[in-house]
Amino acid sequence: MDEVALRSLIPGVLGVLVRRGADFAAAEDAVQDALIEALRVWPDDMPRDPRGWLVTVAWRRFLDVARAEAARRRREDLVDEEPPTGPVSAVDDTLRLYFLCAHPSLSPSSAVALTLRAVGGLTTRQIAQAYLVPEATMAQRISRAKRTVSGVRFDQPGDVATVLRVLYLVFNEGYSGDVDLAAEAIRLTRQLAAAIDHPEVAGLLALMLLHHARRAGRTAPDGSLVPLAEQDRSRWDTTLIAEGVGILQTALSRDRLGEFQTQAAVAALHADARTAAETDWVQIVEWYDELVRLTGSPIARLNRAVAVGEADGPRAGLAALAALDDKLPRYAAVAAYLHERDGDPDRAARLYAEAARRASSLAERDHLNRQAARLNTRRPG
Amino acid sequence: MKYLLLKHYRGGPTPVSDMPMIDKWTPEEISAHIRYMQEFAARLQESGEYVDGQALAPEGTFVRYDGEGRPPVTDGPFAETKDLIAGWMVIDVDSYERALELAAELSAAPGQGGKPIHEWLELRPFLTEPPTITE
Repeated sequence: MDEVALRSLIPGVLGVLVRRGADFAAAEDAVQDALIEALRVWPDDMPRDPRGWLVTVAWRRFLDVARAEAARRRREDLVDEEPPTGPVSAVDDTLRLYFLCAHPSLSPSSAVALTLRAVGGLTTRQIAQAYLVPEATMAQRISRAKRTVSGVRFDQPGDVATVLRVLYLVFNEGYSGDVDLAAEAIRLTRQLAAAIDHPEVAGLLALMLLHHARRAGRTAPDGSLVPLAEQDRSRWDTTLIAEGVGILQTALSRDRLGEFQTQAAVAALHADARTAAETDWVQIVEWYDELVRLTGSPIARLNRAVAVGEADGPRAGLAALAALDDKLPRYAAVAAYLHERDGDPDRAARLYAEAARRASSLAERDHLNRQAARLNTRRPG
Repeated sequence: MKYLLLKHYRGGPTPVSDMPMIDKWTPEEISAHIRYMQEFAARLQESGEYVDGQALAPEGTFVRYDGEGRPPVTDGPFAETKDLIAGWMVIDVDSYERALELAAELSAAPGQGGKPIHEWLELRPFLTEPPTITE
């Protein structure tokens, strides 16, 4: 069993311990210990029932710690016998764990860290490396998060939207460390989709798959960003695209539209186009209209202006842009692109340079500087 | 999101306090100042927002390449540059507002007479990895 398959057992195991009455923070520690033990023992001695093995080892570990605690506090009345497991399914446990780790009382970064550890089964060190912070800092973040949710009742249903926001954040963090957060986010969203029948969960999964499918095309060998229109579409993963489109179609047929299904629909239209020129921009504008209606998000309005520029020409795009706040991230980059297409390369060059100064990532800044340089060094006439 | 908190000895906006330099304080005032900084860092570690912090010696040397096979050219060391960086702290927080709040807290470190020094701190966001989903 590989590490990912092993980690997929974690939510169910943790759920059993919590349902048996273990305090969440202590149970989570015990499960992590059992996981490390499994990684050590299983290569030589694979158990027939891996999940059962993990439950047994984690529960024993929890009891050991609880007894030591009890002895220390001179309270000997703690749990001693293994209570029955009860009729609740592993699916319910998994779902509750997602809700707990994305609880609204947690800050976004805490919810992300706790989800990756308690649901994802990543070690604190792996999470720290993924987010480029010291392990001690991540350990504090996780233990504070556990304390924050320790009073939350485990059997309360939560709002699936909070879980989706956390998974979206994990996916969108980008690729930086040894841990592939995008792949991990997809795995966790798949697992969630198996536990709950909800069109927006499916929508988010489709959105992730459709973007992940384009990953190989998004960067050049030297690490620089390749814009969508210039990507080598033969490098897109058609299997992932087909899966994403299939999941999205099923979700859309339920007629309960939400923001993730809408974003996935845009991604699907890009994925469907064999060349950039074949992109159905008219439909994309319609989906952005839906997204603006659903979320009112200024970023959605900005993306809509880009789509309008493609569907109805740069003048129409600039008109759509004029209604927006020029302080928006990527506003200058969009304005630069539209002005270039409108035949004003000088203005576009200035705007690309401004956009580069305002870029929030190094790869975007480099890309925008190259765009400005391309226009500034063009042959006159 | 990560931010760099830069502490300058000199440079930046005009100081709002006419408090004398640290060597004119009492030893107790200096100790109280240092303790405040240490406790500030410890609180950040405890809240899971601390990434790194270092202090720098004031003397800086400028260095540049001088062509193939030639030793690097140096200028300085200078102790009196116009903009002098004293040290930095890197924080990882959930929002810009939180970063401002922490910078203000650090700027409230006690100085002479135990009064806040009100020093200007420079806050600079880190460039990140590009997000996966942009359109």
